[in-house]
Amino acid sequence: MTRFFGTIVILGLTAIPAAAQDTKKEIQKYQQMIAEGSPVELFELEGETLWKKPQGPHNVSLEKCDLGQGAGVLKGAYARLPRYFKDADRVMDLETRLLHCMTTLQGRSRDEATKRVFGNENQPSEMEYLSAYIAGQSRGVKLAAGHTHPKEKAAYELGKALFFHRAGGWDMSCASCHGEDNKRIRMQELPVLHKPQAARPIMATWPAYRVSNSQFKTMQWRINDCYRQMRYPEPKFASEATIALITYLTVTAAGEPYRGPGTKR
Amino acid sequence: MAGPMKMRATAQGGTTEVRVLMTHPMTTAQSGQPLHFIQNVTVKQNGKTVIEAEISQAVSRNPVFSFRLKGGAKGDKIEVSWLDNKGESNTIETAVA
Repeated sequence: MTRFFGTIVILGLTAIPAAAQDTKKEIQKYQQMIAEGSPVELFELEGETLWKKPQGPHNVSLEKCDLGQGAGVLKGAYARLPRYFKDADRVMDLETRLLHCMTTLQGRSRDEATKRVFGNENQPSEMEYLSAYIAGQSRGVKLAAGHTHPKEKAAYELGKALFFHRAGGWDMSCASCHGEDNKRIRMQELPVLHKPQAARPIMATWPAYRVSNSQFKTMQWRINDCYRQMRYPEPKFASEATIALITYLTVTAAGEPYRGPGTKR
Repeated sequence: MAGPMKMRATAQGGTTEVRVLMTHPMTTAQSGQPLHFIQNVTVKQNGKTVIEAEISQAVSRNPVFSFRLKGGAKGDKIEVSWLDNKGESNTIETAVA
């Protein structure tokens, strides 16, 4: 009797993963199809134009902007962000650094430069175009966000704490959705982002073009929208909290060759 | 001024594989905004028209087209142009790699 019961249990266990495997395969097929038809390169082209366009009271382009690898060096710059910048004495992600260059190099006010950081399908934002272009210059470069300077370590620790911190109207944390294996919402798998093997493919493909609403989405937007979904107050653009979370996630994904900007459902 | 286009054309043993991206809002009637969509796509190989396509609102925003042309050698000129219902157009030309 005991042996018979054992057989049933084993059959049950093998049947469920097989179905899950099929679903996973179908989702992968779908993701491959949308990647093949991705217009990401068009955003990169627009971003390049914006990078080279003189703007602001100083009427200069961003071409002298130092993204961490020296003034104007784009190759591999995105893969090594966020990192500590001595001139600003803080850890910065790509968008924060771009904002820094807009206010210092171009002489623009913070209010003007952040007036429209997230665009829509009819009019993408400057940050979105620039993120696409700059991230594209890191293809094939391994992710290596800063994790040596005391402020980089502090940002990582803060990001980690925020990831697991439950609050807001629904008492949720990032880990409420991204803390357990094999969970998904409809077609979207929920990666367990505190585990390197799950964080790697995600961080290597953001920022990304989103097919369902024809928009290019940045990392600052991603974090901002996660907080919206958790019913928190809206985080400030380029704030310590959003940079810390991006730092935590990118350090967790360290070593993965960057292959974005990606394409999401 | 229409947004950028991007194209890649590669020779692959007797055929030429072309992939072209177009920036276009492709606004449908459903959106409540004035209709604005690409109607005609023309492909030329060394100046000779090889494809004339009529497309509709059913095609997505920022469309991507991928197709194979018979023949074609490295250095051949491939030209792709589109014309929309407002009379706006754009063209891109590239050499087969």
